[in-house]
Amino acid sequence: MSAMLDIKNLHAEIEDNEILRGLDLTVNPGEVHAIMGPNGSGKSTLANVLAGREEYEVTEGSVTYNGQDLLDMDPEERARDGVFLAFQYPVELPGVSTMQFLRTAVNAMREHRGEDEMNVAEFMKLMREKADFVNLDHSLMQRSVNEGFSGGEKKRAEIFQMAMLDPKLGILDETDSGLDIDALKIVSEGVNKLRADDRAFVLITHYQRLLNYIRPDVVHILMDGRIVKSGGFELAEELEAKGYEWIREHADDAVVA
Amino acid sequence: MPTYTEHDLIADIEKEEGGYKYGFVTETDADTIPKGLSEEVVRLISEKKGEPEWMLEWRLKAYRHVLTLLEDDEHYPRWAHLDYTEPDFQAISYYSAPGKKPKYNSLDEVDPELLETFERLGISLMEQKRLVGIEDKETMPVAVDVVMDSVSVATTFKEELAKQGIIFCSMGEAIENHPDLVREYIGSVVPYTDNFYAALNSAVFSDGSFCYIPKGVRCPMELSTYFRINAAGTGQFERTLIVCEDGGYVSYLEGCTAPMRDENQLHAAVVEIIAKEDAEVKYSTIQNWYPGNDEGVGGVYNFVTKRGICEGKRSKISWTQLETGSAVTWKYPSVILKGDDSVGEFYSVAFTKGAQQADTGTKMIHLGKRTKSTIISKGVSAGTSNNSYRGLVKINKKAEGARNFSQCDSLLLGDKCGAHTFPYIEINNSTAKVEHEATTSKVGEDQMFYCMQRGISEQDALNLIVNGFAKQILAKLPMEFAVEAQKLLSIQLEGSVG
Repeated sequence: MSAMLDIKNLHAEIEDNEILRGLDLTVNPGEVHAIMGPNGSGKSTLANVLAGREEYEVTEGSVTYNGQDLLDMDPEERARDGVFLAFQYPVELPGVSTMQFLRTAVNAMREHRGEDEMNVAEFMKLMREKADFVNLDHSLMQRSVNEGFSGGEKKRAEIFQMAMLDPKLGILDETDSGLDIDALKIVSEGVNKLRADDRAFVLITHYQRLLNYIRPDVVHILMDGRIVKSGGFELAEELEAKGYEWIREHADDAVVA
Repeated sequence: MPTYTEHDLIADIEKEEGGYKYGFVTETDADTIPKGLSEEVVRLISEKKGEPEWMLEWRLKAYRHVLTLLEDDEHYPRWAHLDYTEPDFQAISYYSAPGKKPKYNSLDEVDPELLETFERLGISLMEQKRLVGIEDKETMPVAVDVVMDSVSVATTFKEELAKQGIIFCSMGEAIENHPDLVREYIGSVVPYTDNFYAALNSAVFSDGSFCYIPKGVRCPMELSTYFRINAAGTGQFERTLIVCEDGGYVSYLEGCTAPMRDENQLHAAVVEIIAKEDAEVKYSTIQNWYPGNDEGVGGVYNFVTKRGICEGKRSKISWTQLETGSAVTWKYPSVILKGDDSVGEFYSVAFTKGAQQADTGTKMIHLGKRTKSTIISKGVSAGTSNNSYRGLVKINKKAEGARNFSQCDSLLLGDKCGAHTFPYIEINNSTAKVEHEATTSKVGEDQMFYCMQRGISEQDALNLIVNGFAKQILAKLPMEFAVEAQKLLSIQLEGSVG
């Protein structure tokens, strides 16, 4: 099986500060990878670089996604080819209803695949179905995107959008932050339902908590812009027990090539 | 020299002296006749239109006023946040100007870019031809049908409206058929001495519309379709007068979403609205005059004086506008809230791009008790354009319990454009309650990226964000025009990314 995502020696900087310093990561279809790391380790930079945010400059390395040079693609092309980023801080779009927003997005993707626009009835049905997925109140569809949503609603709405857009690679950037335990469960269940053989996830998180609900296949520890240790779920548990300092002390002999 | 201005008008209205006092007194004040604008030209326009003597006299007085203003270095309004060369008023051809359009023999000769825009606005081929002014009867039999069609449509409407006593016709017809009404109200809200452009308009106005709603009648249709037909071909100096008697209601729509290319550089319209007791007038505008090229060359200067008076108790006047065209816009639809408990509203979206400049806003003059006004202004600037909101809220001494709420939001696309807010607030009554909110935001990289991460193109993302920003105002437009307005905004936004 060829890798879905293959990151090699990735270096990236923002405003002349190098954040990623030689990151390697390989994700196969069907896998769930957790990337854990302390604040400032480069977790969000990785998410943003993969999604194609302009402010981040890649200075070295390569990212191959389903055989294509991901770094050569525009953000919207990446999205249309199945890369979805659940934002750490979902953006508010005043006056743009969630329905209108998603309809534009869904149809852009269908057009990309050479399909006709989805008719309104079909679209509404899909929206209701996917909203129930994450217990999202249907009335939120009529409201402006993320405007006046609670923290939990915003995160659930991100997973709802992911379900609507049916991506190949879902990147969740600290989706667990700011969620209470009930919301965390709902969000996790939503993600678990989306797990599939042809879909992969990269979960970016600070805490092990999320991983109790979404069981990853591989856990990576990111420090100073590189993956310093990889392992199974037990690595996350160990980290939770011993803390990032423990990894830092053992980083040198723990680097995974 | 007559110096009766807006301030005097308001003072008079407040004193209940019956308003405008420079009525129809004959003055003889023959100055030297300049080349472009002359007494001869004014007489010629009036004669051509077959106007009665009183109308000509009024025009001549306005004309003489223009002359006195031209002698004064301070005649020209320069206070607006606009940078352009003052038009050479003597170089303008006033007589031939009205209705003058570039003539084409077929659509093949028309700028393809313009045709594409028509196409995408969903304007029919026939209407396209009419808009660009193809009139050749032999090669264009279809266009003739359209014209005849329009006339019959107009007549049907007119008959239906007439049954209810509603008068809706061109200003020219009104002067001919309803002289008493015109004579009573013309210049009563915007006197010719009001400002330079009002004076110019009064002297040389080409045509316009007249609308009269009798007591207790609710106009059963948006006066829009007809107006679009009616408006095409009216020239630089339109003059509109709307009178709504006690308990009447009318929703009036002016303008066209199609880009109107016009040889005329200067447009100076006047709109006057009179709302009597319990009357309500909604006036919506979509303005899309040719803005010129990216340097602003060749664009239309749009200098408009629009004012309504809530004469009667509990009357209401609402202005809603979408301004997207013109090289320079200078426009402040205002409401004089004279009747107790009357209501004035101003809802505006002004979009500027390229080198466009807009200085627009409103004036809410509170004279009556418990009068209420709402101002919501949304400015969107792109390119190197400049977009200013300028608004006055004035609460006079007797306006017990008056209230105003103003909200001015600006949205910037890119970092080379400008947004400015100039609120003026004058309060002379301690019971007044006035609120003002203003925000300026840049279309965030965050918002754009968020949309694009969902597969939405940069252009569509911008459309969504800007339409979202303007939604509150667009929703105030009559339904069918709200849709056109959205499309128009999207087309305007093209090439504004970055």
